[in-house]
Amino acid sequence: MTIEELEQIAKSVSQENAKYDFEVNVCMDLACMSQGADRLREALERASEISGKKVLIRRTGCMGPCSSGPLVRVDPDETLYHHVNESHAEAIVTSLGGEPVPALQCDLNEHFDKQVRVVLENAGHIDPEKIDDYIARDGYKGLLTALTEMTPNGVIHRITESGLRGRGGGGYPTGLKWGTVAKAAGDLKYVVCNGDEGDPGAFMDRSVMEGDPHRVIEGMAIAAYAVGASKGYIYVRAEYPVAVSRLTTALRDARRRGLLGNNIGNTPFNFDIEIRLGAGAFVCGEETALLASVEGRRGTPRTRPPYPAVSGLWGKPTLLNNVETYANIAPIVRNGGKWFANMGSERSKGTKVFALTGKITNTGLVEVPMGIKLREIIDVIGGGVPGGHTFKAVQTGGPSGGCIPAEMMDIGVSYDALLKVGSIMGSGGMIVMDDTSCMVNVARFFIEFCMTESCGKCVPCRAGTAQMHTLLSRICDGTGTMQDLDLLVSLCETIKETALCGLGQTAPNPVLSTLKYFRDEYIEHIVNKRCPAGVCDMKSRLEVLA
Amino acid sequence: MWNSARQLTRCVLFRWERIVAAFTPPPLPSDDKRWKIVNGTMRKNGFARHALIETLHTVQSVFGYLDDDSIRFVANSLRVPLSQAYGVVTFYHYFSLKPPGKHTATVCIGTACYIKGSEKLVEVAEKRLGISRGQTTNDGRISLMTARCVGACSRAPVILRDGEVSGEATQEQMLEQLERWAVE
Repeated sequence: MTIEELEQIAKSVSQENAKYDFEVNVCMDLACMSQGADRLREALERASEISGKKVLIRRTGCMGPCSSGPLVRVDPDETLYHHVNESHAEAIVTSLGGEPVPALQCDLNEHFDKQVRVVLENAGHIDPEKIDDYIARDGYKGLLTALTEMTPNGVIHRITESGLRGRGGGGYPTGLKWGTVAKAAGDLKYVVCNGDEGDPGAFMDRSVMEGDPHRVIEGMAIAAYAVGASKGYIYVRAEYPVAVSRLTTALRDARRRGLLGNNIGNTPFNFDIEIRLGAGAFVCGEETALLASVEGRRGTPRTRPPYPAVSGLWGKPTLLNNVETYANIAPIVRNGGKWFANMGSERSKGTKVFALTGKITNTGLVEVPMGIKLREIIDVIGGGVPGGHTFKAVQTGGPSGGCIPAEMMDIGVSYDALLKVGSIMGSGGMIVMDDTSCMVNVARFFIEFCMTESCGKCVPCRAGTAQMHTLLSRICDGTGTMQDLDLLVSLCETIKETALCGLGQTAPNPVLSTLKYFRDEYIEHIVNKRCPAGVCDMKSRLEVLA
Repeated sequence: MWNSARQLTRCVLFRWERIVAAFTPPPLPSDDKRWKIVNGTMRKNGFARHALIETLHTVQSVFGYLDDDSIRFVANSLRVPLSQAYGVVTFYHYFSLKPPGKHTATVCIGTACYIKGSEKLVEVAEKRLGISRGQTTNDGRISLMTARCVGACSRAPVILRDGEVSGEATQEQMLEQLERWAVE
């Protein structure tokens, strides 16, 4: 496979598409599928056959605003229809070439205007199971350019220049990590992709793997070339069966096209990828735990150093990045590091995909430039809190993150800014809470999660989270005391400083951040035995005495 | 002294190779064709130890759960200590040691679903079925499970009816589904 051959394929795809007058793209992401997108696609196919019009019905990955699903976009006019079901299929097909169906038209201009799509540039435009669709949108050009025109060091330099930082949560500079693995001694090196999106409330990685699997593969292959690896693993959650099957298909197609395997692009570069299934353990998001799981063992973390970059999978130098990080690689190689560095804020470059969920009007996936104000994401892109309720807080970073209150809505979204207010960027879950959510209850929910997910290797995490849960449960059912609150704070500090891995060290964050911004709610629970949001079941005094 | 140490190492290595070469995987536990699928996964991975989780996934997908026999068979075939295999099975939430019911209702209790009241859905189902989460009714018809997050957060709260995602679930829908399964 050469760049000329890629262009040939792209040409034949556009010739094939030119045979059709209209393209009807149906979103087949999990959210739309659960509302009957499959039946809708069949109905559209039947209707277009009957009408005799030349229509290409294409199934695509996530288009973004899941709350408006099932979504259909008609090209070339780019008309977006929302809440479509199979009974609308005929009307849509009839309207092709004329005026769009007004009742179904979706007015989300504000929602889309603020977004910049890099990672999700193909989502909603390609059929994820067709490699040619991806190639037609400049797919694998980055890989072949890197292989034929750039040195491995040149690739690393470009990634460093772009300022890309790890999208998994920590925000470690990607170029620096690649450089370390490249410099590590050893013939055998591995490239691993972390697709174990354990953070509940986040689904960006699932959407990328399901909607644009080749992007991840291309990113991994470029990484492998840069660091000198010949073998890769994608570690995917078993809870994402569609992602697994799409990735399997994508890997097979890439091998057939000669984009994986031996002598890729007629160069001496060999690389292949295998899929490894996760089995439901949040701690496997931690890098050393993930590698243990890939090796078929219990996913318990170990002390670092040595870092995986030096001694990872089977003791070999291993590059480990998140799905979204790899998804950013191909566009950076294609367009240059400066192009990427021009987006975003000073120390956080590029864009970030967020999964907007909870008490918000437009739930779904959004991709915004770094540095955008939190308020813009919630109020403009997300459409605010529905049902006349008032916004209370937004939770970022999952169980390792914190709750950001309404007063802080004017901060720009970046790694450093979020860290400063006691949360983290995390993998990109953004859960909006309104006045019907009790912050103490939310803190208890996260601690319960960390308690059950703790692997049990180190005492601070294993015993500490259990004690925190006891204290928080007491506060939630109205039997807590002010001493409990002090104990809770000191316990948080201890766990933060002494736990072995990221899970334990960040587990107190939800408690600390809610204590910082919503202390009055804790006190209300303790002193007045009352839950302001009406969520917690308070025990009566009689029950307590008994 | 070094020479003899080297000789000893070589001898041990030689013996080890003999042991490895002599290893033949144990016979399939029964005529059940599903064991062939399990064996296929192991063969594909060259009976390597690191294929343990992959193989357990295959067992669970064809048998529905992992019992003592299957764990023992997999451990012996991959030459993994039984303790380690059992350790892996119990470490990961996805693996189940109990057979599932005829139907499975799963409630997602990820953050987004929790904020939107999935806890109430679990409670309603628990009350209706008279079991707690993670259990199966005595007649073996319905299992009630909870999931950490299925990634359909934008449609929270989410329930899975025999694995099929249905979003914005209500308590009425949950009960209606349970009633239907109870008689099916």
